[in-house]
Amino acid sequence: MIPAAFEYYRPTDMDGVLAILAEHGDDARVLAGGHSLIPMMKLRMAEVPHLIDLQDVGGLKGITVEGGTIRLGAMTTQTEIIGSDTLTAAAPILREASLQIADPQVRYMGTIGGNVANGDPGNDMPGLMQCLDATFHLIGPDGTRYVAARDFYEAAYMTDREDDEVLTAVSFDQPVGGYAYEKQKRKIGDYATAAAAVQIVKEGGKCTSASIAMTNLSDTPIYSQEAGAALVGTVVDDAAMDAAVAAMLGDIDPTEDNRGPIEFKRHVASLILRRAIARAWSRA
Amino acid sequence: MKDDITREDRVDALGGMGCKRKRVEDARFTQGKGNYVDDIKLPGMLFGDFVRSPYAHARITSINKEAALAIDGVVAVLTAEDLAPLGLHWMPTLAGDKQMVLADGKVLFQGQEVAFIVAKDRYVAADAVEMLDVQYEELPVITDPYEALQSDVVLREDLDTNVPGAHGPRKHHNHIFTWEVGDEPATNQVMDDAEVVAEESMYYHRTHPCPLETCGSVASMDKINGKLTLWGTFQAPHVVRTVASMLSGIEEHNIRVVSPDIGGGFGNKVGVYPGYICSIVASIVTGKPVKWVEDRMENLMSTAFARDYWMKGKISATKDGKITGLHCHVTADHGAFDACADPTKFPAGFMNICTGSYDIPVAYLGVDGVYTNKAPGGVSYRCSFRVTEAVYFIERMIEVLAIKLNMDSAELRRINFIRKDQFPYKAALGWEYDSGDYHTAWDKALKAVDYDGLRAEQAQRVEDFKAGKTRKLMGVGLSFFTEIVGAGPVKNCDILGMGMFDSCEIRIHPTGSAIARLGTISQGQGHATTFAQILATEIGLPADSITIEEGDTDTAPYGLGTYGSRSTPVAGAATALAGRKIRAKAQMIAAYLLEVHDSDVEFDVDRFTVKGAPEKFKTMKEIAYAAYNQAIPGLEPGLEAVSYYDPPNMTYPFGAYVCVMDVDVDTGVTDIRRFYALDDCGTRINPMIIDGQIHGGLTEALAVALGQEIAYDKQGNVKTGTLMDFFLPTAWEVPNYETDFTVTPSPHHPIGAKGVGESPHVGGVPCFSNAVNDAFRAFGLTHTNMPHDHWRIWKTANALGLHD
Amino acid sequence: MSNKMHIKLTVNGEAHEFLAEPRELLIHTLRERLDITGPHIGCETTHCGACTVTMNGKSVKSCTVFVAQANGADLTTIEGIGDPDNLHALQTSFKEHHGLQCGFCTPGMITRAAKFLEENPNPTEEDVRFGMAGNLCRCTGYQNIVKAILATADELNAAKEAAE
Ligand SMILES: Cc1cc2nc3c(=O)[nH]c(=O)nc-3n(C[C@H](O)[C@H](O)[C@H](O)COP(=O)(O)OP(=O)(O)OC[C@H]3O[C@@H](n4cnc5c(N)ncnc54)[C@H](O)[C@@H]3O)c2cc1C
Ligand code: FES
Ligand code: FES
Repeated sequence: MIPAAFEYYRPTDMDGVLAILAEHGDDARVLAGGHSLIPMMKLRMAEVPHLIDLQDVGGLKGITVEGGTIRLGAMTTQTEIIGSDTLTAAAPILREASLQIADPQVRYMGTIGGNVANGDPGNDMPGLMQCLDATFHLIGPDGTRYVAARDFYEAAYMTDREDDEVLTAVSFDQPVGGYAYEKQKRKIGDYATAAAAVQIVKEGGKCTSASIAMTNLSDTPIYSQEAGAALVGTVVDDAAMDAAVAAMLGDIDPTEDNRGPIEFKRHVASLILRRAIARAWSRA
Repeated sequence: MKDDITREDRVDALGGMGCKRKRVEDARFTQGKGNYVDDIKLPGMLFGDFVRSPYAHARITSINKEAALAIDGVVAVLTAEDLAPLGLHWMPTLAGDKQMVLADGKVLFQGQEVAFIVAKDRYVAADAVEMLDVQYEELPVITDPYEALQSDVVLREDLDTNVPGAHGPRKHHNHIFTWEVGDEPATNQVMDDAEVVAEESMYYHRTHPCPLETCGSVASMDKINGKLTLWGTFQAPHVVRTVASMLSGIEEHNIRVVSPDIGGGFGNKVGVYPGYICSIVASIVTGKPVKWVEDRMENLMSTAFARDYWMKGKISATKDGKITGLHCHVTADHGAFDACADPTKFPAGFMNICTGSYDIPVAYLGVDGVYTNKAPGGVSYRCSFRVTEAVYFIERMIEVLAIKLNMDSAELRRINFIRKDQFPYKAALGWEYDSGDYHTAWDKALKAVDYDGLRAEQAQRVEDFKAGKTRKLMGVGLSFFTEIVGAGPVKNCDILGMGMFDSCEIRIHPTGSAIARLGTISQGQGHATTFAQILATEIGLPADSITIEEGDTDTAPYGLGTYGSRSTPVAGAATALAGRKIRAKAQMIAAYLLEVHDSDVEFDVDRFTVKGAPEKFKTMKEIAYAAYNQAIPGLEPGLEAVSYYDPPNMTYPFGAYVCVMDVDVDTGVTDIRRFYALDDCGTRINPMIIDGQIHGGLTEALAVALGQEIAYDKQGNVKTGTLMDFFLPTAWEVPNYETDFTVTPSPHHPIGAKGVGESPHVGGVPCFSNAVNDAFRAFGLTHTNMPHDHWRIWKTANALGLHD
Repeated sequence: MSNKMHIKLTVNGEAHEFLAEPRELLIHTLRERLDITGPHIGCETTHCGACTVTMNGKSVKSCTVFVAQANGADLTTIEGIGDPDNLHALQTSFKEHHGLQCGFCTPGMITRAAKFLEENPNPTEEDVRFGMAGNLCRCTGYQNIVKAILATADELNAAKEAAE
């Protein structure tokens, strides 16, 4: 399992990155933690003649919570997310989800930017970002543009990001209410059989808003607007849950793999969502 | 000498049998100073890498080496054509078949070795692998053994169906052998006459031993001296030397095979693989040392699968549950070549131990081996030859029968156990069990777990489930296993004609320390620690003063290696007996020094004393010195001994396991709440190491039962080729185990020891599986196949209507 | 073949400089180039943790790091965790509690455990199992590894208390 040879660059600023991207087009790729890209390169399933390491590029790290907005620099690692008390106080769902990703060593290297930019339907952060209605900050030759996480994913490994763009940060409004990230997997180190991200707001005993996104149940993460809507205005009783689950099932499109056949995945998706809603509601 | 040292102190000072001696191996391993195959680095060493077939069945229409050879640093590209003149493009398998070293005209499984690239390092080799141009013409693929036996597609075009195979006539071009044991007409008769007959079909899926270190070798041909040195991950280095000699024509004395530290074997490293042969040939061709180390995907795809047995069983009994007969038929999927690592006369290993721990008067076993487009192998994954399959079969059949009888399966076992007074017990399928006390072990186990309490809790859980209070069922998994380990005896067990004895050679040094060399090889079992303990007790020198050396064929006496839990039963016996030879000579020396007759001295812990006058003695240390520093009339100088031990029988460790498991019927997630393991391995040499072996074996059993498999799709693609999909549990998925024991020494073994390393796997798999099956018993399930991963459990629950 | 790069690494306190292809995997740099063979290769797919080393204070799987990425890094391998005259408490404890068998996982296991105990000096058993879940062992069933790590935590804490 040895990758093909490549040219390696370690620019120290974004201009440097963009220049290399401009020069080599889709022959160039950026490298963050490398824990999705390097395994693919080792299997020679990804060929990257020009590899641009982002580790020394300034301004890509860090977590800020300001004026109700949370911003995570693209190079923030999962370990840093888990370890940030500020972030955990502001948006505890990030820690809960991150702890369910891979293992300690992988979390030390894996970044939020790589996780959302990768486009692998197995990644957990994209669904979470959709749940939080996050915005992705992309910088390219023409400057910065902002794309909603909910509009970003097109198909497996296909995103709205152009080859000459770099994701610099994700940001989202500080979530309110209850939260839960539920994930079923076969073992530590496995991607989800099914996972659900839920944020719920409760006012006067009723749900006033709910956001639901599912992971690894389609070729993109699935933000199920209708599932969330099904909870709004209810006391999140069985009927409301049934409706939310039914709506979610209408949105996902899982495929069979070693984690199981389609019917099983749909079943687990329902269950996971029920549990996530219940837990989020109990915390709301 | 002062008297304040008691006899007990002297025993303790030896660190002999029975104590929890800390391992001498650990210093180097904990400091990163182990010496594994991939750590070996020789001047000028080249690296070999395989080009493998992407197809499960295809004809090779061309191989063009040009582009690969053009890469700077590529030294050679070997194909079957290059090996043919040397007669090395095929090699004999341990099962009497032959196997392509490099694809000869066609490929028969995905991942098969097609060409061997030799390059200056692994990076260049990997680049060249990408560049080798191989053209294939796809052929129809067969991955199902039943289909194989019906199909017109001929997998092995090199074989003539009319010519009998190594194990007798072949019924079909994809058939390998039929092996029958027992009395089929009598068994059928019993079934016909029986009050109750239970039947079940079960598939013991294909899996893989997957030690943490993959297989590899380094071959170094010294053309000047005509000597070949081969380091490798070999569980049986001497056999490798003999095979290497027979294949290469190099005389055996000119071949040195070394097994350095081995990163786990579990059966994976018993076989001879194309990589070993290719590294040898490449070294001969290039005159340079050549290293080959497979990666994990290659390991899972091409070396040594385990199991893949389709078993059909019938068990008959009286209304009160006394078993009257057992019938078993196996369709064994051996893959593309029959490379099973079994003793020659046992093409299905010791599957005929499938009557288990029960007194079953009549039985029959028939096994049909079949070729398919899957990788060859069929090794004993942490068990004696096919014993895991046998024990799984009978322990499932017992449960199935209990359901049919509407009886408690613990009770059913109890009334059918072979009784203590029946040992030595001759089983219906031929084996003579040396010893056992099953009832005592069973009662102890059931009491320890409060079996009745568990059943009551389970019944309550069923009520709660029906009342909608929980979605988790509770399973109580039971298993009682009898292992058969320690092959030989030589008269009926051999590997490629080599009798399955083992050996030990001891040299006592003048200052009272020693070195012992054995024909086995540790892969983590701690031989350097435990064999020294055996010797310490036998010869009265401290274990800390005894070096144990294994794995170098230039120095170690010939032995058949380590697998099938045979080291302690066979080499351990050889060690004890060699020790006794030392002691016999020491007795004569002691008598001379003490100026009494030989028969007037007796051995006492670490010395010989004059009978009736214990204050007159010579310590073993003094005796060792005397053996070298003075002429003793009638005795040769020195103190050395060799023993080759041919066991009179196998040993039969046994045990009783109980697993308590919660099963979530919706997610299919299982939670092991408790696991109790009672093992009886006879005399216990080192309880700490025994416990360690049990924890490890149970964890491997858990993996196999709950998810680990080598699965193929219809095109013969391996679906579980990395550790993402091939289930190796982490610390998070594994419970703590409770261990316990009884001691029933083997009557025929010099120290009464039986071997333990594989028991937990053999007994563990059915125990975990029975727990899952048992959870659903109240809802009408008789049997569901492993692996019990989430989706299969869900499917079982679904089929029982538990999601309605 | 791509151009070679000038690489500088500090491994176990010792500085190294050499030319290497950027694609060289750190595990190979250590094992083949620097003859630091404690870290092992068990899977090459980032699952087993046998190749675990500490890089700039993080536990990483060195089979999934290019040497180019590691340029300038400070690394610790099992060889730097302790030495024969001054073993790390984990090295003693693994032996004491029989936390290893074939030893193949052990260097990665101990290297990770050392970092883990820095992260969490007072772990529960569950913490240990979760914090060590990036390292596979095929031999021990983990029970004694967990025991060894918990015992080490106690020992280190006792030593710290005694020192205070
Ligand atoms: C054993 C194992 C188990 C895992 N399990 C999970 C899991 O359960 N859930 C999960 O979510 N992940 C899992 N992962 C993936 C892990 O979290 C990755 O680290 C993560 O997906 C990618 O982050 P990275 O920083 O390593 O990205 P890289 O591997 O460096 O990059 C991934 C891709 O994103 C691109 N990219 C990276 N950063 C940027 C950027 N700033 N702008 C534009 N493009 C960029 C790269 O070019 C590349 O194509 C697992 C990984 C392993 C090895
Ligand atoms: S070899 Fe690096 S994780 Fe297995
Ligand atoms: S001790 Fe062998 S893999 Fe852990």
